[in-house]
Amino acid sequence: MQLTQKKRRRGDLLTAAAVAVLLAVMAALLYSGSLTRQVTNMLIPTAVYIVMAVSLNLVVGLLGELSLGHAGFMSVGLFSGCLVAIALADTALPLAVRLPASMLAGGLTAAVFGLLVGLPTLRLRGDYLAIVTLACGEIIKNIITNLHITGGALGLNTAAIYAGAKELLPYGAVLVLLTVAVMLNLKRSKYGRAIMAIRDNRIAAESVGLNITRYKLAVFVIAAFFAGCAGVLYGHSLANIKAAAFDYNMSIEILVIVVLGGMGSVPGSVVSAIVLTVLPEALREVADYRMLVYAVVLILVMQATNNPAMKRFFGSVRERLTPVRKERAAL
Amino acid sequence: MTTKAKLVKRPSSVLLPERDADKSPVLECVGLGVTFGGLKAVEDFDLTIGRTEIAGLIGPNGAGKTTVFNLLTKVYQPTAGAILLDGKDTHSMTTAQVNRAGIARTFQNIRLFNDLTVAENLTVAMGDSVRYGLAGSILHFPRYAREERIARERADELLSIFHMESHADERAGSLPYGAQRRLEILRALSSNPCLLLLDEPAAGMNPSETAELMENIRRIRDTFQIAVLLIEHDMDLVMNICEGICVLNFGRIIAKGTPEDIQRNEAVIEAYLGKKKEAAS
Repeated sequence: MQLTQKKRRRGDLLTAAAVAVLLAVMAALLYSGSLTRQVTNMLIPTAVYIVMAVSLNLVVGLLGELSLGHAGFMSVGLFSGCLVAIALADTALPLAVRLPASMLAGGLTAAVFGLLVGLPTLRLRGDYLAIVTLACGEIIKNIITNLHITGGALGLNTAAIYAGAKELLPYGAVLVLLTVAVMLNLKRSKYGRAIMAIRDNRIAAESVGLNITRYKLAVFVIAAFFAGCAGVLYGHSLANIKAAAFDYNMSIEILVIVVLGGMGSVPGSVVSAIVLTVLPEALREVADYRMLVYAVVLILVMQATNNPAMKRFFGSVRERLTPVRKERAAL
Repeated sequence: MTTKAKLVKRPSSVLLPERDADKSPVLECVGLGVTFGGLKAVEDFDLTIGRTEIAGLIGPNGAGKTTVFNLLTKVYQPTAGAILLDGKDTHSMTTAQVNRAGIARTFQNIRLFNDLTVAENLTVAMGDSVRYGLAGSILHFPRYAREERIARERADELLSIFHMESHADERAGSLPYGAQRRLEILRALSSNPCLLLLDEPAAGMNPSETAELMENIRRIRDTFQIAVLLIEHDMDLVMNICEGICVLNFGRIIAKGTPEDIQRNEAVIEAYLGKKKEAAS
């Protein structure tokens, strides 16, 4: 009995270790100069999408609520964090202080917005929550587009804080590891259990004394925090940021990553974030048919992963890697 | 097996088992009622349950038994009357608060956390007795490991009541039906209640399983020293283990008393079987 718990623990460690190794390999390749420009440019966006997907998975996979405003939280974090970063850029502080500080600022602002959006929408479920979060994301986008401080429709000029992949990768790596670790830890804790219990049966969850409001808010706030942090990192990798880029299309893109990787599955989110960020770039060769191929690949993957024969195959592979098949259902 | 206690009348004409007579009752309902639009689903519901009483709530289909449970647990807000739990009015409490105040329940149609493991179904219900918060959940302080171990030990202990320890790490949704029913009872127990509400615990069980369940309900009452109120259609079970029985029909109490009283009660026989005259004509 205790053994299966240990096995689950081992599965978590394996996930974390695999992500760490992956990041280390990418870092080694990057710093030895053996990556092409194209790949180098994809590193930070990929890290950003991993963080976005894993944090959205907390809402969609663990809490089981459909949120379509994740890009909105990202953009709140991005602009507030980058404004802090620009203000800090003139000081003599090194990047190692400025970037984490602005990330924290962006993350906290996004978390506050998560709370603000979460409070009134908590009564809503399913489609209604999806609609309201979608609207919130759009409202955030429009407000930022119309603010002077964020550069309006022209976008915020972030040339002052722009940094290349070589400088940003360590921070991206830490953020990815942190997000993955938090998500894995949360799942194996009192809070994670409560959140999943609410997903499985709300009425029963209430009847065993769980304060649904508290747990839902916690999920919203944590997810928004990481989205904000990821936004700040993303902002540093661009020379100019426009709020219009963080619309519902982006939210849905992140949702697609989560669904493709598997609801509630951390390793799934990581892998599918990598695949879906790399895929459109890799398909640049066939530029005209890019979106067509992308769509077809997406449909095929969804079909294949839902195929019972494929599921069994992946199940047996997984069992060989980490003998934890039963628990996977809960992942 | 404990011998069935005699019911004694308290000054307010409330019936309680003799051993609980000098203790304050765990639950008192006074004039409890709820209306849905023009429909009076339950009205004038008065019930007092002793500290360690096993009480039964019976009645024909649609009599309002589950509605009473939903009122007690605040799934529905009563439109009339009061519920006193441990002498405290639960007027302003939510479902979750009522649970923390001491009422735990099971459901007629099983409501487990299907994707959690059996053990997790129990630990999730332990609430604040697992003493770490959000920070501990994220950062896994040393306290986390200690508290998780204690919670897990408690879960295993509870599972041993029904000899289910070997299923602790299985998905709750994959358990067979009977085991799911038992797990629901254990989940209710793990929130440390003083009153356990069981909604048709023997539904779908065969006679030998039912006999075992009766034994277990008594054992749970004895070990945890709690009160049990159960809804059941299996009259063998009700007449065997309940000390006080309350019969509902069309939302109103038509009889209260010991199993012997109830079996002889004309109104009850009429509610279940119809009037003698009508049968003759």
